[in-house]
Amino acid sequence: MGFDIRLPIGMMFSVFGVLVGGYGAATRGSEMYTRHSLGINVNFWWGIAMLMFGAGMLLLAHRGAVAARSADKKLKGGIIK
Amino acid sequence: MRPHPHWIDYAVIGIYFTFVLGIGFVLKKYMKTSTDFFLSGRSIPAWITGLAFLSANLGAQEVIGMGASGAKYGIMTSHFYWVGAIPAMVFVGIFMMPFYYGSRARSVPEYLKLRFDEKTRGVNAISFAVMTVFSSGVSMYAMGKLLQLLLGWNFNAAIIVSALVVLAYTFLGGLTSAIYNEVLQFFLIVIGFIPLTFLGLRDVGGWGGLKTRIGNDAMVHSWKYLGSPSTNPMGVEWFGMLMGLGFVLSFGYWCTDFLVVQRAMAADSMTSARRTPLIAAFPKMLFPFLVILPGMLAGVVSAASMSGSMSGDVSADVPAKPGSAVVSQRAAGGGISLEGGKGIIPPKVDESGKPLIKDGKTVLDYDLATPMMLVRYFPSGLLGLGLCALMASFMSGMAGNTTAFNSVWTYDIYQSYINKSATDQHYLWMGRAATVFGLAISVAAAYVARQFNNIMDVLQLVFAFVNAPLFATFLLGMFWKRATGNGAFCGLLGGTAAAAVHHGITLPAGSVPGVKGGFLGVVAHRYPSEMAQNFWTAIFAWTTCFTVTILISLLTKPRPDGELKGLVYALTDRPKDVGLAWYQKPALLAVVVLTALVVLNWIFW
Repeated sequence: MGFDIRLPIGMMFSVFGVLVGGYGAATRGSEMYTRHSLGINVNFWWGIAMLMFGAGMLLLAHRGAVAARSADKKLKGGIIK
Repeated sequence: MRPHPHWIDYAVIGIYFTFVLGIGFVLKKYMKTSTDFFLSGRSIPAWITGLAFLSANLGAQEVIGMGASGAKYGIMTSHFYWVGAIPAMVFVGIFMMPFYYGSRARSVPEYLKLRFDEKTRGVNAISFAVMTVFSSGVSMYAMGKLLQLLLGWNFNAAIIVSALVVLAYTFLGGLTSAIYNEVLQFFLIVIGFIPLTFLGLRDVGGWGGLKTRIGNDAMVHSWKYLGSPSTNPMGVEWFGMLMGLGFVLSFGYWCTDFLVVQRAMAADSMTSARRTPLIAAFPKMLFPFLVILPGMLAGVVSAASMSGSMSGDVSADVPAKPGSAVVSQRAAGGGISLEGGKGIIPPKVDESGKPLIKDGKTVLDYDLATPMMLVRYFPSGLLGLGLCALMASFMSGMAGNTTAFNSVWTYDIYQSYINKSATDQHYLWMGRAATVFGLAISVAAAYVARQFNNIMDVLQLVFAFVNAPLFATFLLGMFWKRATGNGAFCGLLGGTAAAAVHHGITLPAGSVPGVKGGFLGVVAHRYPSEMAQNFWTAIFAWTTCFTVTILISLLTKPRPDGELKGLVYALTDRPKDVGLAWYQKPALLAVVVLTALVVLNWIFW
């Protein structure tokens, strides 16, 4: 019931991906990466991973909505819960 | 060592809260009936209920507690998952869901009423309602304390804000809101902790490197050292572990605790309901890597990024000389001192900031193991994500408790005893009201927990007293049609009493009579560890309930078969799994899960 949960999940992680990934790109080479994450720019790389995950979720949600719309058309006025 | 969150960390947290509240607001318009509010209209697909089933259980106890246990006991902690949770989840999915879902019971106590009688329901409903609200409060307290210690955030603010956020979305969107947010929280926790485990393992040189650094073989094997309590850090032997944890405690929790069962009851079909715990079992099997490993790593990594640092190093962030008066000032006024700790696990400190000593050894604050890992390995940016994941785990526990409470209150206490025949809209209103006062009581409980720091131990204890016998009641109720209401009622009370008595006459090694046991005056037996005592309390409680229920049932009149159709195994049609793809059949999922379980246990033998 309600709306497709994959929508807010996809949106939130896409936003995170862009935000954190962008921050990672902007702070390339900062000493905080040496101090914390073993020299790896985790913000950038994990940001990209999150963006991919978010986009994947949004894609699944979109395909779900398309499938629901065509099922709707097939039922032609039948009642779906 | 105090982390300094930057704007980006606050931005990440702010975005998360926005989504959490937004979901609640959007769902409000779908909450038209009480079934919508309490049971999501029984319309949620299996993958969502599955993840919510897992996530509702993923409170602070999991993320923080398992990290702490990992630091203390090593990979043996995985038994909580691989012996404790998974078999129980498979069992509840395959064998018990048909009764929970098929009986159309709206809650676990309601199943007890349908199967047994009103007084059995009453015992369960009241004890559950009290437990769940206090559990929520203890969660809040733990979160407030952690955020204050770690980041210097105001304790009261943390509690009030988190309570208000949870209140907002559960009030508006009911169970559906809680479920959707739990799924969001699940992904957040997984995505937040994967980099942590990755970085930690990379720093020590993989699993092999971790084994070398820990240096204690018993901490990196899960079964090998269970022959006797003296050979492993947990102080248990395999029988107590299997029967106590594997059977009684975990089946007691996963099969009867309404907090998780409620999520399966919200599923859109019987098959979905049965698949819910099975779907949850897959990620559950992998969680040890995400939550236990960071704890194990915390004990052997160092604060500074220089290799060869001694444990107990203070981070380069804060300039101070170890042993100087500045250390205690800093610990009390701002930041955590690692002086006297192990790896990056700090010592437990008293009010003046000095480390606690017991038996000549510094007492370590194991609960800080995982949070310190976050602070150590995450730069600003990812730190915000990690803090979000931490807060999400606390809040999903709180929301789970809140939705379970408002259902049990409205249906099992209010409707059963106070106002039997009001309109559906009235019950919906009552559910919302219960959300408010339930959270208010939880907040009060959080402050009580702050006053008496034994409260968490007490709560654990009472949970064990109440849950362990309950599983015997359900087992007999679902599989033995001769079990009667009087039998069940006496069994429950008897089992709880047995638990209390057992706890009252035994003590774990190194403890004094009090909350830890022995409060009945005589100490009949000393257990090698608290955990061993816990497991055996559970075993005694279960066995007593089982025997008493059988005895009293044989002495009292059973209900006619016709009344028990759909509630007992022998009188219910086996669910037929037609029209399902092969990978959707519950039986197949169960077999895959159990096989994977055996493999995992074997690898970490």
